[in-house]
Amino acid sequence: MATGIPPTHWVNPNPPAPAQKPPATTVGWIGWLRAHLFSTPANSVLTLATLWVLYWIGGGLARWLAGAFWEPIWANRKLFATGIYPSEQLWQPAVVLLLVCALFGLSAGRWGSIMRTVGIGLAALLLLLALIPLGGMAQAVMAVGLVLLLAGYWLGARGGVASRWLVAGWILSGPLTFVLLGGIDLPLLGASPAVDSNLWGGLMLTMLLAVVGIALSFPVGVLLALGRRSKLPVIRYFSIGYIELIRGVPLITLLFMGMTMLPLFLPSGWGNPSQLVRAMTAITFFSAAYLAENVRGGLQAIPKGQYEAADALGLSGLDSLRFIILPQALVKVIPAIVGQFIGLFKDTSLVSLVGLLELVAVAKAVIQQPEWLGVAGGVAREVYVFVGLVFFLFSYGMSFASRRLENKLGFGKR
Amino acid sequence: MAGHAENTDIIVATQVNKWYGDFHALKNVSLAVKRREVVVIIGPSGSGKSTFIRTINRLEEHQSGEIVVDGIPLTHDVRNIEAIRMETGMVFQQFNLFPHLTVLQNITLAPMHVRKIKKAEAEARAMQLLERVGIPEQAPKFPGQLSGGQQQRVAIARALAMQPKIMLFDEPTSALDPEMIREVLEVMEELAESGMTMVVVTHEMGFARGVADRIVFMDSGEIVEIGTPEHFFTDPQHDRTKLFLKQILK
Repeated sequence: MATGIPPTHWVNPNPPAPAQKPPATTVGWIGWLRAHLFSTPANSVLTLATLWVLYWIGGGLARWLAGAFWEPIWANRKLFATGIYPSEQLWQPAVVLLLVCALFGLSAGRWGSIMRTVGIGLAALLLLLALIPLGGMAQAVMAVGLVLLLAGYWLGARGGVASRWLVAGWILSGPLTFVLLGGIDLPLLGASPAVDSNLWGGLMLTMLLAVVGIALSFPVGVLLALGRRSKLPVIRYFSIGYIELIRGVPLITLLFMGMTMLPLFLPSGWGNPSQLVRAMTAITFFSAAYLAENVRGGLQAIPKGQYEAADALGLSGLDSLRFIILPQALVKVIPAIVGQFIGLFKDTSLVSLVGLLELVAVAKAVIQQPEWLGVAGGVAREVYVFVGLVFFLFSYGMSFASRRLENKLGFGKR
Repeated sequence: MAGHAENTDIIVATQVNKWYGDFHALKNVSLAVKRREVVVIIGPSGSGKSTFIRTINRLEEHQSGEIVVDGIPLTHDVRNIEAIRMETGMVFQQFNLFPHLTVLQNITLAPMHVRKIKKAEAEARAMQLLERVGIPEQAPKFPGQLSGGQQQRVAIARALAMQPKIMLFDEPTSALDPEMIREVLEVMEELAESGMTMVVVTHEMGFARGVADRIVFMDSGEIVEIGTPEHFFTDPQHDRTKLFLKQILK
């Protein structure tokens, strides 16, 4: 028995063997370096080449950063935040922000999980903005927002608000935002002058376009995905036609069509929708088509047995979709859906081409301000880096939250 | 033997035919099942036995013939189909539990949304059923954390939660590891003992011999022979039955 392999018939005489730890794999950082970066001559060359490239890029970046000129961004912080929204009426967007903070706080407390993740991100952002000397009023608003967020969390965690009131609050917050931003007539305080939606701008407009686009394209996309699998030919072919048509056209084309052709499709008497509404319509329809295909992928991944089990229990088609099929299908495609939403968020920058002053349009305007004409090399680099960082911050936030959500919804099969 | 069968029919299938494309899957299948009777359907794979019990609750549509379940004719009328599905529970070979819901939620979902029973009551009854199938401690877990035998017992509890008059079993032990077959068969035996009307497609000859009131043998889409277990196993009449028994009882 030199090999330790038992002969043909053998009875293990030992008690059950206890589980042992796997053999250690770490051999200190020098050992790790040798094993992973310098294992062969070719590997070593590759490692050194990579280091040189990193040094080259990092050095260039560091030299630029040392001489970078951030004044245009600091001086135009109001423009980046809200565009050319009238300064004396900035309390209106501020109220919207506070409302959203309170809702996020309550939701994070009540529902936890993903809402808490997003709420923590929002709290960090508010704290940062409250500490940066943006100006007394702006800092005060951010601080109050942070307080509302925390108070909401405390109240929500104690069960101080029912889920259905929260859902109602979120749904109501949409129209309320438009009323607040557009100018209101309060019984006691009197009317605030109307603010044309063409004056809404900056990060505020970017966020508005993205949130409205996401909130509306999601249900439309799910309906289209279901429609594409419908047994009724009219619904099926309408859905296929819609999805294929929209996916075959660039978003910018849809935006221009929205600007010029939307009134043709509306019943007479609906008047002339604002440019903002036209842009939102185009973005929503565009995103819904892509979303529908993502959701369809999820629906196809649900085994037939799930439908059969739901049928056999006597669940109606609608209940079966609501409780069995969609929850599973949507979870399977969270990465694709969030990817789509990140794309939508960044695509909002295209509305700058149809005359709306969102973040990228503000950037272009700032670069051309006469104050910076004397700056050697211009200020485009600093401004675009800043705008890029803002987009990255929110996109990465969405990506991070989606990964948390996926882990949370792993259904205990880790 | 269960031996509870009453003298009234609860399932009546007459001259049922079904085709998949050109393939004739069910050929003039006629069968009446009595209240509280346990009928076991056996036969080689592809003989149409699964297809037949799946026509009873319209998971498969038959193209000709008539099926009446507890006085309700199985037609294209969605109300009839839903009424029949409320009276028949089904247990599948692959369990088909809902993986995104806990064991308890799997069981309470249909009673709450189809029978409109209050959550607290549905949960209390679900716990009773989990006791009955022997795994109350698994209530808060997800199906993916359970063994195959436990999953199938949850599936039986889920079907029973709708308080069906008939239970259909479509090869309930075929996907199980050998050591788990026993625990599922025991639950089924207890169910038969309690007087449930059961139609069972299975390859478990021990169960067929011990529990069935009648055994139905199907081959190539038709019923070849029907008999009590005693007659069926000791004195089969048809040549195809004899051949099948010879192959499996070797």
